[in-house]
Amino acid sequence: MMRLRLPVPPAFALRTLALPVLVLLMAALFGGAVRAQGQPDISAIVAKFANDSYSDTADALVALAASGSAQAAAVVDALGEGRLVFDPATKSVYIRARSGVVDAATGAAVAAPPATLTPVRANNRVRRAIDAASGALSLLNPDPARRADAAAAVFKSRDPVTLPTVEAAIAKETVPSIKEALEQARAAILIGKADAPEAERRVAIQKITARGDQEAISLLRSLPADSPPALRTAADAGIAKVEQNLKFWAVAQNVWYGLSLGSVLLLAAIGLAITFGVMGVINMAHGEMVMLGAYTTFMVQNVIRQSAPWLFDWSLAIALPLAFLFTALVGILIERTVIRFLYGRPLETLLATWGVSLILQQAVRSVFGPTNQEVGAPSWMSGAFQVGQLSITYNRLWIIVFALMVFFALLLVLKRTPLGLYVRAVTQNRRMAAAMGIRTGRIDALTFGLGSGIAGIAGVALSQIDNVSPNLGQGYIIDSFMVVVFGGVGNLWGTLVGAFTLGIANKLLEPFAGAVLGKILLLVFIILFIQKRPRGLFALKGRAVES
Amino acid sequence: MNRPGIIDRTGGIFLIIVLAAAVLIPASNLLLPPGNPLHVPDYMIPLLGKYLCYALLAVAVDLVWGYCGVLSLGHGAFFALGGYAMGMYLMRQIGPRGVYGNPVLPDFMVFLNYKELPWFWQGFDIFPFAMLMVVLVPGALAFVFGWFAFRSRVTGVYLSIITQAMTFALMLAFFRNDMGFGGNNGLTDFKDILGFPISAPSTRLVLFVTSALALAAGYLLCRALVTSKYGKVLVAVRDTESRTRFLGYRVENYKLVAWVLSAMLAGVAGALYVPQVGIINPSEFAPAQSIEMVIWVAVGGRGTLVGAALGALVVNAGKTWFTGVFPEAWLFGLGALFVLVTLFLPKGVLGLASSISERWKARRTAPTPSPEPAE
Repeated sequence: MMRLRLPVPPAFALRTLALPVLVLLMAALFGGAVRAQGQPDISAIVAKFANDSYSDTADALVALAASGSAQAAAVVDALGEGRLVFDPATKSVYIRARSGVVDAATGAAVAAPPATLTPVRANNRVRRAIDAASGALSLLNPDPARRADAAAAVFKSRDPVTLPTVEAAIAKETVPSIKEALEQARAAILIGKADAPEAERRVAIQKITARGDQEAISLLRSLPADSPPALRTAADAGIAKVEQNLKFWAVAQNVWYGLSLGSVLLLAAIGLAITFGVMGVINMAHGEMVMLGAYTTFMVQNVIRQSAPWLFDWSLAIALPLAFLFTALVGILIERTVIRFLYGRPLETLLATWGVSLILQQAVRSVFGPTNQEVGAPSWMSGAFQVGQLSITYNRLWIIVFALMVFFALLLVLKRTPLGLYVRAVTQNRRMAAAMGIRTGRIDALTFGLGSGIAGIAGVALSQIDNVSPNLGQGYIIDSFMVVVFGGVGNLWGTLVGAFTLGIANKLLEPFAGAVLGKILLLVFIILFIQKRPRGLFALKGRAVES
Repeated sequence: MNRPGIIDRTGGIFLIIVLAAAVLIPASNLLLPPGNPLHVPDYMIPLLGKYLCYALLAVAVDLVWGYCGVLSLGHGAFFALGGYAMGMYLMRQIGPRGVYGNPVLPDFMVFLNYKELPWFWQGFDIFPFAMLMVVLVPGALAFVFGWFAFRSRVTGVYLSIITQAMTFALMLAFFRNDMGFGGNNGLTDFKDILGFPISAPSTRLVLFVTSALALAAGYLLCRALVTSKYGKVLVAVRDTESRTRFLGYRVENYKLVAWVLSAMLAGVAGALYVPQVGIINPSEFAPAQSIEMVIWVAVGGRGTLVGAALGALVVNAGKTWFTGVFPEAWLFGLGALFVLVTLFLPKGVLGLASSISERWKARRTAPTPSPEPAE
């Protein structure tokens, strides 16, 4: 693989010429300029490979990295891939290229290669040297992505040999983020370099401290023990500062995970807050509504994949109304055939809806099979971005946004629409509402449909982060009930607060207690909490409570 | 008003059937040749024994649900705890015959690098101690749980949901390997019980007879309780809790007694269940199991005790048959059972039978209003 190097602008070349310290580097920097006059001769370096000694090979690699020859990268690559060969008789070194055998030092094709060619061997030490050399050489690569990779590689290897190359690259670099990475790499090298000036190393320590991650701590710890005391204290202070910083980000991370879990709980529970919280139906089939919503998404994506693949990014938007309608219809059907006979007998609704949930589960299992169905993510939901030390994935972010949107939309429906008014009237005083001319039966059906439909659109969102299988709903049903009961039955705000409290508490407990024990502790906490406040966090007050 | 006797007509018939089964089924198994149509084959014995354990469990659930108004969705926890206590005894009986041959530690502990027996496993090699734990552990859990819940006046739906949370939390806990109960594999590979090989047909017959006797005894105990003066108050608590409290009864104590007793009975059922099926694992704690127990009671007839036992037998026999013949259809059947029973048979099969017979009587004598059991 040939690496081309862009010609260096003459102004830049003159500036570097003025720095006598970097004499060694000049060759590397002037690669392009020098090529015009002829390649620097690397045949003496390359000849070392023929000695078949690991230490000579490693030395030659270091020299190559500093040589600045355009051919150097090709040689290093060839060595890394085992294509660098030599003739034991003549001690000449060649590269086995795709086109044939070429001379290692010049890159010229060899017409009649010798018959006996031995590959230059590599051990772990040589391989490390190869990585360092190719890292150093890629620092000057025209492709910014490769330069960024190379900067990261140098930061990891911290090989003092690459220091001049790094410094040269810093001077030449134009992309700010890569420049920063290069400066960090330089600082990382300087920390371990005992013969560097103390002032420079102190700056390096500050630079690494500013990086503020786990890597920075291990770097600062690697400061040699015989370093000057002033440096040691600077490093220790840096470690303390970074640890503080990391602690903060760890908490931030857990809070973020907690928000994410809370939004999932909110989505799962919000439909139940209607059917259970407002209507008083212990809706054990709620989880199955979520599951049906997820399967609707799967069906929509299936159709789109087969007939209109360009619509795939819109699949969730298309699935949302369909899932709402479908699950709302199923909900209305359940209400009209089963639940309406059981109002006022909440424990019986529990048993009947449990039966319904078994039937729905088995129906889905019979139609789609018991295995997980693949639901894809649209492009705008995949990927992640970085905030400080925090990696935020787009799908989690969207689910939080979506959960809040659903919540407030529902709140609006209940507080600001005629349907919401009727719903509240019927649930608060059924007979009075009937006397006012509200058709209570129809409102019951619509309310249950609304709760089920919201469970359905929750299913669309949850299909993005969970396995879409017939058991999907069962995983949410207990959590949903906990959220609603904890928040206070009949109070949507309670559900919101409950979901996020439980979500964040769960994730903050996890580092200390582990995932399972954290969850157990939370369940025990809810059991105890119910003893203290039997009606939840935000209990309804008034005469409706005792019914 | 006259107090009904401990053994009424239905109860008498029920006891006679159970005791007759305890005598006739072993007799048929031992005395009749295998070709005889009335011969009960060996494989049926532990299966029937398992049903009897479920029936005892259903009686326990009915005591709290039917007479005390507490719909427990966590009785599986008490059942499983009794089962684990028995399982721990059986594990200790394996002794050096395990795969790793450790004389003290069960196989899974050797596998998980335990150095010594955890403190809570101490004493389980002694049968009477283990049997004590079978009733004490579920009883203690129920006592603590009920003490708090009933004092705080947690009732109805909320109580059901926190019992569900309890069994769910226990399930998660027992799934953990470092709990020291074998993680998700549970306890199994039992060898013998009280020195008798556990899978020998004769041991299984004895276990079957013991289960039948336990069911009869459990029924009589519950029946004695609900027909006593205490039982009258319990029913009053079920029907209108606040009114009973205003009359001066300490409602929470009445509930607590029934609740703890029910948990102990469930523990006994679990302890008899484990040697007959040969395994106990955390899936017994699953909330779905506990909900299924409730439907046994609902099918048979809530608040009748006999109906609960009957329901457990019928539903489980149906389950065995269904899953053998149409494995796909079982959940449809079970789901439909839940829906249909709650919609059309609020008093269960037994309630249906008695209302038919009452109507028959009413046609001949003057109609008498029958009291409606309230929610």
